[in-house]
Amino acid sequence: MSKWILVICYILLAPFIGGLLEGIDRKISAKMQRRVGPPLLQPFYDVIKLFNKETINVATAQTFLILTYFILMVLTGVMFWAGSDMLMCFFILSTAATFLYFAAVVTSSPYSSIGAQRELIQMMAYEPAVLLTCVGFYLAAGSFNVGDIAQTSVSYLVYLPGCFVAFVFILTIKMRKSPFDTSTSHHMHQELVKGLTTEMGSKNLALFQVTEWYENVFLLGVIGLFVVNTNPISILAAVLVILAVYFLEILIDNSSARMKWQDMLKITWILTFFSAGVNLVVLMIMK
Amino acid sequence: MAVVPFLVLFPFCVSFVMFLTRNSKARAALAYVCSAVIVGAALTLLVQWIMGGCTTITCYADTELVDHVILGAELLLMVFVTVLCFKYRKYWISLLSIIPTMLIAYFELYGPEVEECDHIYIDHLSILMVLIIAVIGTLIIIYAVGYMHGYHKHHADLEDRRYYFFSLLFLFLGAMFGFVLSEDLLWIDFFWELTSIISFLLIGYTKEEQAIHNSFRALWMNLFGGTALAIGIVYFGYNAGTVSLHALVEAGVAGKVVATIPVALIAFAALTKAAQMPFSTWLIGAMVAPTPSSALLHSATMVKAGIYVLLRLSPAMAETTTGTMIAFIGGFTFLITSFMAIAQSDAKKVLAFSTISNLGLMVACAGVGTPETIWAAVFLMLFHAISKSLLFQDVGATENCLHSRDVEDMHGLLFILPRLAIFMFIGIAGMFLAPFGMLISKWSALKASVDERNIMLVFFICFGSATTSFYWTKWMGKIISASHLKEKTFRDVTKPNETFSLTIHAVLMVLLCMLFPMLSEVYVNPLITSMFGEAQNVLPQGVLYTLVAVIVVVFAVPVLSYAYSKRMRKTFVLSYMNGINTGDNRKFTDSFGDEKTLWLSNFYFHKVIGQRKLMIPSQIFALAFLVIMLSMILGGVSL
Repeated sequence: MSKWILVICYILLAPFIGGLLEGIDRKISAKMQRRVGPPLLQPFYDVIKLFNKETINVATAQTFLILTYFILMVLTGVMFWAGSDMLMCFFILSTAATFLYFAAVVTSSPYSSIGAQRELIQMMAYEPAVLLTCVGFYLAAGSFNVGDIAQTSVSYLVYLPGCFVAFVFILTIKMRKSPFDTSTSHHMHQELVKGLTTEMGSKNLALFQVTEWYENVFLLGVIGLFVVNTNPISILAAVLVILAVYFLEILIDNSSARMKWQDMLKITWILTFFSAGVNLVVLMIMK
Repeated sequence: MAVVPFLVLFPFCVSFVMFLTRNSKARAALAYVCSAVIVGAALTLLVQWIMGGCTTITCYADTELVDHVILGAELLLMVFVTVLCFKYRKYWISLLSIIPTMLIAYFELYGPEVEECDHIYIDHLSILMVLIIAVIGTLIIIYAVGYMHGYHKHHADLEDRRYYFFSLLFLFLGAMFGFVLSEDLLWIDFFWELTSIISFLLIGYTKEEQAIHNSFRALWMNLFGGTALAIGIVYFGYNAGTVSLHALVEAGVAGKVVATIPVALIAFAALTKAAQMPFSTWLIGAMVAPTPSSALLHSATMVKAGIYVLLRLSPAMAETTTGTMIAFIGGFTFLITSFMAIAQSDAKKVLAFSTISNLGLMVACAGVGTPETIWAAVFLMLFHAISKSLLFQDVGATENCLHSRDVEDMHGLLFILPRLAIFMFIGIAGMFLAPFGMLISKWSALKASVDERNIMLVFFICFGSATTSFYWTKWMGKIISASHLKEKTFRDVTKPNETFSLTIHAVLMVLLCMLFPMLSEVYVNPLITSMFGEAQNVLPQGVLYTLVAVIVVVFAVPVLSYAYSKRMRKTFVLSYMNGINTGDNRKFTDSFGDEKTLWLSNFYFHKVIGQRKLMIPSQIFALAFLVIMLSMILGGVSL
């Protein structure tokens, strides 16, 4: 029963939490740059305004591809919060990402195609870390089921520090933060224009934005999974860790310049191999 | 069980008649009728076997005459290969045919008296193989009737030897049936050599210089494997006094020393057949052959012979040095060839690399040799056979229309050749979006390799699946992009028989995705039970059904969203070009006022991870690894 409450909470609250986190992000970033920054609720104003605009498309298929991206992303989160199989969650997540790629290339627009190609490279960069993290949970908990994994007396952070580092690292890619914002470039005036999202306008862009919020909440949920155990206080600890990780991402975003995708791929894979990989080897010997 | 010799001999007879039939209408009619007969025979075998209670059937114990005929045929093959090798001045390759054949002949004529065994073995695995060969094989032949017609129209400079081509295809079907139904290792060896030589002849079909060069490379690699196979068989025959495959597996499972070397050598031979590192280059070179032969031999069936042997041996390989060797080579091949697939833009080459890569995953599963991994390997084999055959045929048909098989030229294929593009999409989705390519294989292989504490394999799978998604997704994206070409149109010249084959493949693909939990319950689990004495789904049945539900959702969502978005009112705008878009998203005006045509291309990184860069180092590495492991196995026995 409790898992269905979680699922419903996710469906209803995730966009608000995601939007709020983005508002906080903008506020903190502004403070770091000695600006005042927009109001906390600015992301919501933006999205509402976009939703009220006329739908514009470059290609016929765009809207339905983005809609599919959205629905599959929500499904990913639902599967996660319902406590089902972790590999299945990430399988649906990558299927969703594939549809985002399709939505970008279907236009044959130069900037959005370049962004899309880079998005594919990003997917290739982060996937090993995601899979190795799943394997780590399986080794530690004996199951891929999120529901079973959460039933533990000791937080998995103890067993999986390497996987945690790798996962936080690829979170920078997934959240499209600098130095790894190679596919969308959220900072102004760059060679990529807006990359992947260049050709998304009005309702499509709004939907894309909301989907990103859903995704972020799901990913932060995975971070939480590293911390929670059967002790109720651990939930509080999980929230604190999540906030700390989010702050870290903002800090990295504001203190680094964009990297070339070649370097991103190399660094991510090397770090994944040595951090998550070594962690797994040790765990295999221990367990 | 009279249908068993019929299955083997009928295609041989058809092959002979085909060779004599020089009229293309008559040949087409003959091909259709005989294909139907072969499928009918395979189904008869299935029904008879089900009526017998789906148990293992062995038969034909006393076959002295047939043994002599087979020996004679083997000697004939040897003479044939030797003549060809001398004709094309590849003298040393003939040794690879002479040595094993003489070895086998000596063993049969002057060797010790071997225990009589049944020569035919019918169980779940062989029935499955027979069905794959019969259904996919004959569909490819039907496709080939139309395809070869177009092929010779475009390549008017080539000599039209279609009678020879179809003759070889039918001969091949017979050889494959013989291979998967035989229990006697000497028979297996004969059919093995026969498939190697047919593959060699088909690669050299066009008689162009490149084709001849590649065909001899395929020949020596496969014959080299065949030599290992022959040595393994003769060694086992001398030391154990029997040449039955199941006796070998039982000896291996019981941990008898006598089985160690034969299992290692036969598994090594299977690596050459399945084009694993360091023997992958022959399959890449084989792509010069006409597409139907690539689909039939080099993707759907012949390379699966290697997997079939490994699956048979897998109980004997589990937890041995041989098993470790095979699993490592498989995993390594899976990763490294998926890199090379990224760097290819020739569609057939992409398919070739991805075939090797997928075979690598199956080989790794067989090498680990637990019930779960075999379960995964069987399903991988089934999905791969159908979707790869579909993709090869589709690329062939596309090439006949576009006169190019470069993935870059398929930009906007959905708008140029919609029907072929949809088939291609289904094929690719079946390869990696559907449950088996991307999810279950990863799932089960990962789970099993974690359970077996095989960390190297975990790394190979995790990194390899990332690279695999990359090259498939970028190909799919190419197909659906808005087309660059508005002025130029292409005519869909796909013939009805080609469409027939493609449609059935696509339908089979979709059915397989929907029905695999049922198939697992009624067929694959009993298969595992008959091999290991126990069956285990990697995932509980309930989860499998949930998975199907998820897959349906994943595929239904785009359809529903499409229906919804179609009703939406929307305004179309031009894409942003950072210059003036001239009005149709295909050209822009640059800063000098000139019109520039836009041309988009995918990433390939061929300078970093191309075949030229990676192939030789990884071949050296794999070869060194094999040499070390084989010497360890041999040393372990002699000590």
